[in-house]
Amino acid sequence: MAQYDVVIIGGGPGGYNAAIRAGQLGLKVACIEGRGTLGGTCLNVGCIPSKALLHASELYELANKDFAKMGIDGKVTVNLPVMLQQKADSVLALTKGIEFLLKKNKVDYIKGWGRIAGPGKVAVKVEDGAETVLEAANIVIATGSEPTPLPGVTVDQSRIVDSTGALVISEIPKSMIVIGAGIIGLELGSVWRRLGAEVTVVEYLDRITPGMDADMAKAFQRTLTKQGINFKLGTKVTAAKASKTGVALTLEPAAGGAAETLNADYVLVAIGRRPVTRDLGLETVGIVPDARGFIANDHFKTSAPGVWVVGDVTYGPMLAHKAEDDGVACIELIAGKAGHVDYNLVPSVVYTFPEVAWVGKNEEELKAAGVAYKIGKFPFTANSRAKVNHEGDGFVKVLADAATDQILGVHMIGPQVGEMIGEYCVAMEFSASSEDVARTSHPHPTRSEALRQAAMGVEGWTMQA
Amino acid sequence: MADIMTPALGESVAEATVARWTKKVGDAVKKDEMLVELETDKVSLEVVSPADGVLGEILAPEGETVLPGTLLGRVTAGAAASAPVPAAPVAEAPKPAPVAAPAPAAAAQAPSVRRIAAETGLDASAIAGTGKDGRVTKGDALAALEARANAPVAVAAASAPRPVSEREERVKMTRLRQTIARRLKEAQNTAAMLTTFNEVDMTAVMALRAQYKDVFEKRHGVKMGFMSFFVKACVEALKDVPDVNAEIDGQDLIYKNHYDIAVAVGTDKGLVVPVVRDADALSLAGIEKAIGALGKKARDGQLAIEDMQGGTFTISNGGVYGSLMSTPILNAPQSGILGMHKIQDRPMVVGGKIEIRPMMYLALSYDHRVVDGKGAVTFLVKVKDYIEDPQRLLLDL
Repeated sequence: MAQYDVVIIGGGPGGYNAAIRAGQLGLKVACIEGRGTLGGTCLNVGCIPSKALLHASELYELANKDFAKMGIDGKVTVNLPVMLQQKADSVLALTKGIEFLLKKNKVDYIKGWGRIAGPGKVAVKVEDGAETVLEAANIVIATGSEPTPLPGVTVDQSRIVDSTGALVISEIPKSMIVIGAGIIGLELGSVWRRLGAEVTVVEYLDRITPGMDADMAKAFQRTLTKQGINFKLGTKVTAAKASKTGVALTLEPAAGGAAETLNADYVLVAIGRRPVTRDLGLETVGIVPDARGFIANDHFKTSAPGVWVVGDVTYGPMLAHKAEDDGVACIELIAGKAGHVDYNLVPSVVYTFPEVAWVGKNEEELKAAGVAYKIGKFPFTANSRAKVNHEGDGFVKVLADAATDQILGVHMIGPQVGEMIGEYCVAMEFSASSEDVARTSHPHPTRSEALRQAAMGVEGWTMQA
Repeated sequence: MADIMTPALGESVAEATVARWTKKVGDAVKKDEMLVELETDKVSLEVVSPADGVLGEILAPEGETVLPGTLLGRVTAGAAASAPVPAAPVAEAPKPAPVAAPAPAAAAQAPSVRRIAAETGLDASAIAGTGKDGRVTKGDALAALEARANAPVAVAAASAPRPVSEREERVKMTRLRQTIARRLKEAQNTAAMLTTFNEVDMTAVMALRAQYKDVFEKRHGVKMGFMSFFVKACVEALKDVPDVNAEIDGQDLIYKNHYDIAVAVGTDKGLVVPVVRDADALSLAGIEKAIGALGKKARDGQLAIEDMQGGTFTISNGGVYGSLMSTPILNAPQSGILGMHKIQDRPMVVGGKIEIRPMMYLALSYDHRVVDGKGAVTFLVKVKDYIEDPQRLLLDL
């Protein structure tokens, strides 16, 4: 029976990063993954493939809609099989990359589905059905999450798809209904809209992207509507009838009222994600997930001695980079070091065009907490780089403590703001004030200047607007 | 080789200044012999040699600010005084790493903090930072600025020094002087302070003393002074008017059910205010003994910080210097201070006739936020009554 310091169940961002860190710290570690490739949801059917399609479809739309403005004429067309293949190629290359990283850090990558088999024991069912048992001083649960199903709307991955199926639709739909106006639905909805589908987003709440600062959500919805996405907010889906050629959805106002039927070639169910804990043998160590299926933790420790948990399957934002931070902190705690993750400083990004990115508190949260704050804002229309790129949509909003100017939250909507939020993550990690950013040189001409100008605005000395 | 370390300095005392080394490098020293004198905000204290030997090196020269645990110097064990350690090797001896990691250099400070420091002269490296790894944030710097604004005396000292002419002399304030200055100003800035007066006929107490002073001294080994009467009288008056024995803490008042009377003692270095603990439980002789012991310690510079903490009320006697009347400043956070003055024969009307009486003016400065006028006046009248008729003290009247 193989003996390990750490056995990690799950090879996604939480699991594989935990495995690498454990290897770096000299622990004997195994990482169990049954999918066949490493990288979990993120790399195989989530963040990465969706970004491949978002990037390609964005270029396609740019070429047909904006090139002429810049003096480039010509019509481009979509070759969907190639677009899907380049996505699959990138994903495959990246999964191989992780396999290499595990090898490099002396991690045993064990292919199969892992299950806790009592204290200190993990059973792995390998492909041929045989089961081996590993002995582990520490077990890390990193089993992640899966799309939440919607009662009445059965995902068949043919006409009714979830976020996984939406990445491999083999034709460009004429019409698509996205159920759920969250980040995943709006990203994938954007992909297919750009490629030619008429997209309608149906959302139960009366706003899009819950958790996003209301200012941002409003501006974001306006932009998406301008791009051609239809929104039906405050609406619930009660039934779906799929045929060979399409889906008929029955909708009702969330507040009650007459039902209506909406038809589309495809329906994407994107109402959220739920933790994966089934067949995990939790009962053998006495762990009981909470009512929503999450495994509770205290500094990544579960209620069972020697069993730890990281990523989507426990509390905190369900994001790959949060799982990665969890994984590192958890292993460092196992190794007797200090490990901590501040979930308030985990950034969120929506990879549409324009992108939306934020970190820290939004205005509604500050108001609810009774915190006195100041606001600095700067629009991209006043930013020279955005202007010459014809990308003036969006703005930056910095929220800072009224007395100390400590940055409490930053919210941005605009081109590639996801690449720029990291600057504020670092600043906030160091308890910086808005003035610290305002007094830091930023290159000209770049969009990043907008971040600095917004910081200046907190104390009323924005210079370029 | 034995290390000479800065000792713990007592609660709420962060740092000390090296006032004086009594030995030079190379001098022979004995274990427990006084080597270096440190001054803190509250007291000066002596650091003794940890071993027999020769003072090998001085790492904290006079004037340097040191923290508890800072290495002051080293004693080389054993060597005789006649063989002083050669100076050169000592000078070349590698400096030990500083005990406290140096604060991040100016370049490592946040831009906002650097700006504030440059504009205001704030020493940002002295601020305790709340940011990652103790970094100073803008909020920390602003808070430090505000704290400095609330300590105007310190500001005056820190801001640009004016040139000194030939007929003037610039002398660095001792820490004790600086602390006295800061605390007096703090008291004035904080309390709603005012003073009420009365006068006391000392005839009865003086007669009592004249009658019993020899027996008293023989029996108790201390002289019978007036101070013990005033301490006793104040304790009884405090029991009657508890507001004067209270202090403000935020939105609350804290009433103290113990009577620890601080007695101002003049020394050649300044005024110190040691505390007579649980004065209500002491006899007159016990009070005299306690004051005597504290006064001796004060004059010898031996007062410990604990000796001066936690008083609930203060008595100051300007009379020993000849003061006829004064308005004492509160010893914060206390709410009352009694000023005693010179005893002077004055014509008084007693029973319709003018008589010569030994009189003393009494002053009670009080914090009007805590004590109202009636309470203050009542307190002082009680003190007067007890002194004019000391038998009341005996009978608890």
